[in-house]
Amino acid sequence: MNKTVRVALVALLCVGAAACSKKQEVKPQAQPPEQVAQTETNQSNGKYTPADLDTDACLRQRVVYFDFDKTEIKPEFQQIMACHAKYLQDRPMSHIRLEGNTDERGTREYNLGLGERRGNAVSSALQAAGGSASQLEVISYGKEKPVCREHNEDCWSKNRRVEIVYTAQ
Amino acid sequence: MIKPMRKFSPSFAVILLALAAWFAGPVAAQSLNVDIVGGVKTATPIVVVPFAQQGGTPPSTDIADVMRNDFNRSGKFRSLAKSDVVEFPAQGSDIKFATWRLLKQDYIVVGRIKDAGDGMLRVEYELWDVNKQQSLLAQAFTAPAGDLRGVAHQIADQIYEKITGVRGAFWTRMAYITAVGLGNNTTYSLIVADSDGFNPQVVARSKESLLSPAWSPDGRKIAYVSFESGNSNIYIQDITTGSRQLVSSHKGINGAPAWSPDGSRLALSLSYVGNPEIFVLNLATRQETRLTNNLAIDTEPVWAPDGQSIYFTSDRSGRPQIYQVSASGGDAQRITFQGQYNAKASVSYDGKQIAMVQGNGNVYRIAILDRSLGGQVRFISPGPIDDAVSFAPNASMLLYAATEGSRGVLYSVSNDGMVRQRLALADGNVQEPAWGPYRQR
Repeated sequence: MNKTVRVALVALLCVGAAACSKKQEVKPQAQPPEQVAQTETNQSNGKYTPADLDTDACLRQRVVYFDFDKTEIKPEFQQIMACHAKYLQDRPMSHIRLEGNTDERGTREYNLGLGERRGNAVSSALQAAGGSASQLEVISYGKEKPVCREHNEDCWSKNRRVEIVYTAQ
Repeated sequence: MIKPMRKFSPSFAVILLALAAWFAGPVAAQSLNVDIVGGVKTATPIVVVPFAQQGGTPPSTDIADVMRNDFNRSGKFRSLAKSDVVEFPAQGSDIKFATWRLLKQDYIVVGRIKDAGDGMLRVEYELWDVNKQQSLLAQAFTAPAGDLRGVAHQIADQIYEKITGVRGAFWTRMAYITAVGLGNNTTYSLIVADSDGFNPQVVARSKESLLSPAWSPDGRKIAYVSFESGNSNIYIQDITTGSRQLVSSHKGINGAPAWSPDGSRLALSLSYVGNPEIFVLNLATRQETRLTNNLAIDTEPVWAPDGQSIYFTSDRSGRPQIYQVSASGGDAQRITFQGQYNAKASVSYDGKQIAMVQGNGNVYRIAILDRSLGGQVRFISPGPIDDAVSFAPNASMLLYAATEGSRGVLYSVSNDGMVRQRLALADGNVQEPAWGPYRQR
């Protein structure tokens, strides 16, 4: 069966199939247009596949941002937690490295601790949503790996983050 | 008081040679650009007359120039600019004191350089009190021609001690990290240089972050954190031979190494137990002793000079503050109460002053807590993104890291904050300064 046919088949099966609708629950409520295409690539049993990491609108979101000096996961990231946790459940051999980062303010070693705390917060959230601890690893880079180098809150808010990196799909 | 003549040890030249032999690549690091900011009107005026050349090839190092820079950045002295030096006596008997009194100088240094054969130079100097017309010091050093900067720093140290009563710390070194390049093309280097920023030498290089260099008390080794294996690990490297050992590679953070005053133990921050806690690692037995136990971030340990207690950063009260705990464990006492954010303590040799990074709002500056003055805190840097500080071994100056524009730079600053000297790379960041211990002659 070539890929086009299979995708079409899956799409057909998904129409009204309970297995597909369950997965829909974890999707962002305001679904972008590409949501349709991504549903088509799912297998009929509703489980994520590695291809979804590139196509699924939720799974493609791999960065969790934090408020200053905070480690709580903001409500807008709960959906991301849910879909990545589902991926971990669906793919028991998959593995995620959570890379904790901070903004430039404060000392490097304290920021290592803060980055780790944020990584742990994401790890806990993923476990609470069904991921397994053995699939998760936390590393902190503190303020060593900024994505933005200006000295303002806009930039700092981009650096206060945990990056979700799949080391095994 | 005339001290006996000393022969200058050529140990630094030996170190450089050994480094050159050990590393395959070039070891000289990108040199730092140095400039001085500020000045103190009340500082003691001193004139350093250019040293006379008496035989042999004139050396490339201007000893008097190195000494003037030392005196100026200390904040304690104000040396007469070279262009204002109007007479050039080479020895005490040549000094016309009236001239220097007219120029309002309190002290005068004269000296001469002689050829001592076999590539060695003999440097003689005298320190005189201008008003009393009295000789205070007359000494000589014999050193390789390549070590004249070292000789100049040692002379400045002797003069500093003679006049202030405090041991000089110009002839010391510093360690720092440079980060050159952007993103994945960044190269991190652990550098050791003279305390004035000259003679930078590469100790270690990595494509991943290096941080938290810490000097062993004998000045021979540096412990530091490297991400070269992916995670933060702690290494100890011998700066003479280049040989190094991995001393901590637990899961999680292995950070913030600090040597005990006797050099036998390292205090560390390790998070394999769930969150960063302070541990003490016995380097001989490899036994780890845990000092803290709570859910907070406990990091950046530093030993009190007597080795009996350890200061560290903890956010157990919400935001980071400095705490003190016995080196054998037990309850920790919070010692900082002013400022929203206090981290990375550096302790003066006498234990009376604690320098740290203090954050208030978006402004992070270097503050000194004076424990002998009832916990009074004063700022010695303007901020706003200063993030590391380290005392000189005599506490007369400190090194700290600042961010200027997109660039990380270091400053050496006098203890009163009045005089600052910027140390910057033309291209790249300088960060994580650690002032080394006194050197052994």
